[in-house]
Amino acid sequence: MYVELKNIDKSFGSFQASNDVNFGIEQGKLIGLLGPSGSGKTTILRMIAGLETPDSGDIYINGVRVNDIPAGKRGIGFVFQNYALFRYMSVFDNIAYGLEVQKKSKEEIKDRVSELIKLIGLEGMEKRKPNQLSGGQRQRVAFARALAPNPQLLLLDEPFAAIDAKVRQELRSWLKDMIYKIGVTSIFVTHDQDEAIEVADEIIITNHGRVEQKGSPLEIYKHPETPFVAQFIGQSTILEDCTRLNGFAEVKPGEKAVIRPEFINITRKDEVQKYISAVEEGTIEAIAYRGSYFEIKVRVKGILLTTTAVLEDVYEIGEKVGVLIYRLYIFDEDNAYLLENKAMVDINSVFI
Amino acid sequence: MNKKRHRKRVIPGFGLSMGVTLAMLSLIVLIPIASIFVSASGLSFNEFIKVVTARDVMSGYQVSLSCALTAALINCVFGVILAWILVRYEFPGKGVLDGLIELPFALPTAVAGIALTSLYSDKGWIGHAFAQIGISIAYTKIGITIAMVFIGIPFVVRAIQPVLEKLDKQYEEASHMLGASGKRTFFRVIFPEIFPAMLTGFGLALARGIGEYGSVVFIAGNIPYETQIAPLLIMSKLEQFKYQDATAVALVLLVISFVLLLLINAVQVHMSKITSTSH
Amino acid sequence: MSQTNKAIQQKSTNSNAKGVKVLLISLGVIFIFIMLVIPMIAVITYAFQDGLKAYQEAIFDPYTIKALQLTLLATVTAVAINTVFGLFAAWTITKFKFRGKQLLTTLIDIPFAISPVIAGLVLVLTFGKIGWAYDFLNAYDIKIVFAVPGIILATVFVTFPFISRELIPVLSAQGTDEEEAAALMGAGGFNIFRKVTLPHIKWALLYGIVLCTARAMGEFGAVSVISGHLRGKTNTLPLHVEILYNDFQLTSAFAVASILVILAVIILILRNLIEYKAKKAGEK
Repeated sequence: MYVELKNIDKSFGSFQASNDVNFGIEQGKLIGLLGPSGSGKTTILRMIAGLETPDSGDIYINGVRVNDIPAGKRGIGFVFQNYALFRYMSVFDNIAYGLEVQKKSKEEIKDRVSELIKLIGLEGMEKRKPNQLSGGQRQRVAFARALAPNPQLLLLDEPFAAIDAKVRQELRSWLKDMIYKIGVTSIFVTHDQDEAIEVADEIIITNHGRVEQKGSPLEIYKHPETPFVAQFIGQSTILEDCTRLNGFAEVKPGEKAVIRPEFINITRKDEVQKYISAVEEGTIEAIAYRGSYFEIKVRVKGILLTTTAVLEDVYEIGEKVGVLIYRLYIFDEDNAYLLENKAMVDINSVFI
Repeated sequence: MNKKRHRKRVIPGFGLSMGVTLAMLSLIVLIPIASIFVSASGLSFNEFIKVVTARDVMSGYQVSLSCALTAALINCVFGVILAWILVRYEFPGKGVLDGLIELPFALPTAVAGIALTSLYSDKGWIGHAFAQIGISIAYTKIGITIAMVFIGIPFVVRAIQPVLEKLDKQYEEASHMLGASGKRTFFRVIFPEIFPAMLTGFGLALARGIGEYGSVVFIAGNIPYETQIAPLLIMSKLEQFKYQDATAVALVLLVISFVLLLLINAVQVHMSKITSTSH
Repeated sequence: MSQTNKAIQQKSTNSNAKGVKVLLISLGVIFIFIMLVIPMIAVITYAFQDGLKAYQEAIFDPYTIKALQLTLLATVTAVAINTVFGLFAAWTITKFKFRGKQLLTTLIDIPFAISPVIAGLVLVLTFGKIGWAYDFLNAYDIKIVFAVPGIILATVFVTFPFISRELIPVLSAQGTDEEEAAALMGAGGFNIFRKVTLPHIKWALLYGIVLCTARAMGEFGAVSVISGHLRGKTNTLPLHVEILYNDFQLTSAFAVASILVILAVIILILRNLIEYKAKKAGEK
């Protein structure tokens, strides 16, 4: 493990920001720390950086315990949420700052800064001040500044939070490409699950100061290990009682279920049904246009479910439709597991 | 009533409040100020130049300006230190220290003047110690400067304090993450941020120092060509009923203060262009 | 183990910072002590250097009492006039849009920026023997320069912007939404001011009044120019201090000064109290 956190506890007054946090990160990976606000993800990042001190527990980077090493000497690059570019310095001076601190020669600094400016595609803007840059350009400068001293680990705090939705998409893939190109181990914090799923090799989900689960985006999506993760990931709705639904009779009392739009398929009454025993009858209650698809609310046996339909399928409110529920996440206080529709499993087909 | 004019403004009462404001301002401030120009116009250009370039007047300007500048610079140094410790550190007695900063505003200047004079005269508590090593403070430019430091310090501290309070900690953290020492972080990252505020305080302290009378006049000793300050020259010309001469001296003093403030303002406009995000 | 780790870490990373902290705090405290505290102690000490009896004699001297009365009169008048002006000016500047607003703000600040001696000078030039208003005033037998009205006028002049300066930032931060809402419901100007605006600026107004009081009672330069030093007639406390000091009646001078020191300390405490309350009320 390249970065390792062992039994980390941290409190701010009565607020417990980290509660026995343990995880390890392999070299060269791009890790997303994902969680709702106040879940302690930024605190973890800041403790790795050395901007906060854990109350107890150990942090190792490349096998060395870094608790006692000051932030500036850990060899970590840090990109701040609002970039914290030095407002009175030019783009060049911002990127050169960390190199000046290391007392590099003028030529070395010039070469390295030019190289980075080229990398981030801001040639010709060396002399500009941060206020003369767009949000995306500022982020690129912050990225270059953090990378200039060749850090072995790059930490990014909500790197896309301050950027317009339009540019954000483009910047995500840019940042991902850059990090792979440079090969630096990176951890970024986000509260946006789409962002984490899209950008990260591995996701660490935090909640109430604890690490809930760590794994690849697909693993987390398909095999949530805790009730929190099951509810947090995807566009989840909780069903208090799902035993009424066809194919889920074996769910025990006290267990709840999480359902997502993509677990549900609706079909017209007149279409040929493949899983006739599994299909329920539902009534469409609401249809909302969402740009590239319809969001449809359909009531099945008194339960209101949300699903989607492609724009070609036009339904009407009040229309009776066939509803097929492929699977549910079943969870109680401690556990979560995926349950396929039993009425469907009989016939040997795979739907994802 | 004239309803048409009122319709443009939603909140009523514009006419009345504007009227009262302008009337009071004119009566108490503007009309008297205008007198200075009326009075100055009674002097021919040559007479005017002769008055303001007289040896005692020139030396008065020089004393007022050089002491006020020195004092404002000293206040910048201690103003930054005081604002810094009041914002960034916790220590016993901090509240009292914070509350004391405004003392020079609250203490009548004449009281400050006689207190400082007695302290710094060669027989005073502090002056005594310096007299033994051959330095006189009261009745020299050093004394004048000390009085100006006294009256100027709140301007600088109170200008910097709110800026420092609002300064985003991320700038410092970014600097630390890049390995910079506390010293480098302060001078390269924090200082540029508080510089415009410091300049405001510097300008206010400087203007106050140049115009100050009560706290300075006692400690100055008013030795002709040495420690006579410009406001005192205005005063003595008035006592000799040379009204137009007094006006001429005052007018130049006003112009000097005005130009200095304009210069400082220009620097600030330049600085704020760098940080404004109107782009 | 973790305890010792923490201790070591604190030492290694913070010992330098701690040294700087101690150094800076010491510098700041010493500076304030020498520059501000010692002079106050000096006034009190000198005031009592000839014993309590001499102190009492200086304080209860008829001239001192007269000077105190004039100081109070000038201060109360200045605060009253400037409060009226401050409220009208702040209301005008922050609640309405009009051309020349910046100019108006600058003009109001003039007395703050000019030397008090020049403030006195302009009043003498206007109302004194050579002043153009002199003949008119003389015809009605009104005397301003070298008389009590002049003292009051000078005090009003130098403290003129003090209250509006405190009110304007608070009012402009507050915007005009609430007033506009009230106006749309049909409320009149005075009603809006009293019910909607005033509660927001209560503390700022008090704060301004305290600052204005401090400056008014201590004003020296402008008052000195216009008073003509008629002892007992146009003497304020600060002027009285000067006269005593220049007469080498040092103990008396410091005794009278000690009254002003005590007033200054009271004002300082009030100021901090109000600032604290205003912060709590979210005005500042």
